[in-house]
Amino acid sequence: MMKQLFPIRHVLGYIASLVLSAAALAVIYLDLSRAANLVILAVTAIIQASLQLFLFMHIGESADTKKELYLNIAYALFVGLVTIFGTLFIFVWGWYA
Amino acid sequence: MDLEKFKVHGGVLIYGAMVSIALATLAIIIGLTVFKKWGYLWREWLTTVDHKRIGVMYILAALLMLFRGGIDALMMRLQTAAPEMKFLDAQHYNEVFTTHGLIMILFMAMPFIIGLMNVIVPLQIGARDVAFPRLNAVSFWLFFFGAMLLNISFVIGGSPDAGWSAYFPLASIEFSPTVGNNYYSLALQISGIGTMLTGVNFIVTILKMRAPGMKLMRMPMFTWSVLITNVIIVFAFPVLTIALALMMFDRLFGSQFFTMANGGMDMLWANLFWVWGHPEVYIVILPAFGIYSDIISTFSKKNLYGYTSMVASMVIISLLSFLVWAHHFYTMGQGVMVNSFFSITTMAIAVPTGVKIFNWLFTLRKGRITFTTPMLYTLAFIPIFTIGGVTGVMLAMASADYQYHNTMFLVAHFHYVLIPGAVFAVIAGFHYWFPKVFGFRLNERLGKHAFWWIIISFNVAFFPLFILGLMGMTRRMYTYSAETGFGPLNMVSFAGALGLAIGFVILVYNIYWSTRYMPRDTTGDPWDARTLEWATNSPIPAYNFAVVPTVTDRDAFWVSKQENIPLFKDQIKKIHMPSNTGKPFILGVIFFFFGFFMVFSMWVPAIVSGVGILITLCAMSFDRDHGFYIPEKEIIATEKKLRGETV
Repeated sequence: MMKQLFPIRHVLGYIASLVLSAAALAVIYLDLSRAANLVILAVTAIIQASLQLFLFMHIGESADTKKELYLNIAYALFVGLVTIFGTLFIFVWGWYA
Repeated sequence: MDLEKFKVHGGVLIYGAMVSIALATLAIIIGLTVFKKWGYLWREWLTTVDHKRIGVMYILAALLMLFRGGIDALMMRLQTAAPEMKFLDAQHYNEVFTTHGLIMILFMAMPFIIGLMNVIVPLQIGARDVAFPRLNAVSFWLFFFGAMLLNISFVIGGSPDAGWSAYFPLASIEFSPTVGNNYYSLALQISGIGTMLTGVNFIVTILKMRAPGMKLMRMPMFTWSVLITNVIIVFAFPVLTIALALMMFDRLFGSQFFTMANGGMDMLWANLFWVWGHPEVYIVILPAFGIYSDIISTFSKKNLYGYTSMVASMVIISLLSFLVWAHHFYTMGQGVMVNSFFSITTMAIAVPTGVKIFNWLFTLRKGRITFTTPMLYTLAFIPIFTIGGVTGVMLAMASADYQYHNTMFLVAHFHYVLIPGAVFAVIAGFHYWFPKVFGFRLNERLGKHAFWWIIISFNVAFFPLFILGLMGMTRRMYTYSAETGFGPLNMVSFAGALGLAIGFVILVYNIYWSTRYMPRDTTGDPWDARTLEWATNSPIPAYNFAVVPTVTDRDAFWVSKQENIPLFKDQIKKIHMPSNTGKPFILGVIFFFFGFFMVFSMWVPAIVSGVGILITLCAMSFDRDHGFYIPEKEIIATEKKLRGETV
């Protein structure tokens, strides 16, 4: 009964998200090398993203919605990557070229 | 407390606006009390979760905003009608063009389209409601109170004045010290959350709630366009959310994201704004394409030509819409390589759009065309939109754009795409679906009067702007000298604006006249139409369909009429419905106060209302409400009343 009422997985996932966000702050407050900073950011970001996918977006769910889920993620990746690399293209690589 | 910051100094016009707002509010309160309508308003409208009523409220709000934005437009056209006009001062003019843009795009076009999709999409796919009826109410109230928050800026504290695109550094606290752009960041944020929830809601509704047999490739084109639109909403609006949040931090908490010092980057705002802003254009225009597709096929008595290519071109447009944003700032300083890339992607969008235009033309070919009011708007759309599209390709050429950039040529171009593309479409859809919602048609003669006023005046108002732009008149200039020679054409444009106003007044008069005098439609299908929404009664009963339809083909209702295949095969059974709730409305009210206190940096009340938002959200999450059932007897009685003996 308690299990039904209290969504333990989601609460743990939420706490984990907060911890990961706090961990990423190390980049600002600890005096680390650039490479170490990037590693911290990449690792926390990847764990964070998979946490969201598995806990809150139900990527492991039944087979009949698989197609929609993956299409959705593909579209999201497309928009995200286009925004990031497009911005870099405009302001860094292509600036006054 | 310092009351000075709430005041707006703008002379007679502002005080007039204040008085009229106060009087209108008073009139509404007195009216509701005298006619004892408070309970009715609360029970039937403010707490409703019925997709049709929410849709009607969206459309009502959109019509109101159309008039607010239209009055802004008239004031601008009057101010520029002749050289050296003294009607508005520079600051007031800046506020007027900023709110005109914001209101017309975000609080007129968007809610009008969302309203139509609310009313029609569940009916077109044979569903009883949207997937999340309560969330739908939350969406509406967040939109509504966001819009109200922006509207009160006019009389309390001052409106945003840095253009609807609010470019930094102009929109920063340094160069726009009034609270105007605080309103911008908070009002848009609140209504933007509502829009995003709508996106989720409709994707789920269309993917999961279709009637048996309604495969994706059998869906009416309007539903297809709404599906794709909502996919764009879900992926584009988060960018706006982030950009607005960063803007709010810059303006309220002294962060430096978009400033020119301390590592900030002002151009990043323009970049993020248009990463959202260009898909936004397609968010308002794709549903319009869907509306036109349904109307053309109904009034040509033919199925839509090239159904599959219509769907494919919309999917391609949705992807390309994310690849073109830099064409809004060709002159910002990026290199030739970047501009060439975005030129090519921009021109590429003309290809799928052209496919759609030809599909419509082929649908018309050899059709039995009836010239009803919605059809007239649709037919007018094709050539006018094509002018807008062709001038768009001219603007897409980066090197030529250095000449056109921020001139009236651009203003003319986007009015030539947005007005036929979005406004004519929603008016056409409004006339087309009106009998479904209210049970009677709008008068055709008045409708056509309004149509001719609007179409002719539109061209009179906006065509001169192309020429003015080529003569060198820039946008957003509040006055000019007689020597520039801009005077006569601006006067013509003002005359066109007046004509447009007359057209819209006739349109509204038509609603009033038709409500009183038009005969009631008892068939539920006054246009002899093709899609499922016409298979149920008008006005639509709360449960939409007494029996869920079984779909065997595209244009399901048409096929069932032609070949006598019954749509409704099952017996009438009791129907499960969601119950009304006041929480979404309350959430909207609290959000409104939260936004207001944030705008004026009143932290304590802001925190209190922020906590209030969290409490309301919790209350909504833990609300155990399993809805209710409409018993069989009641359904049969309703059906008999609406449809006579045919049940």
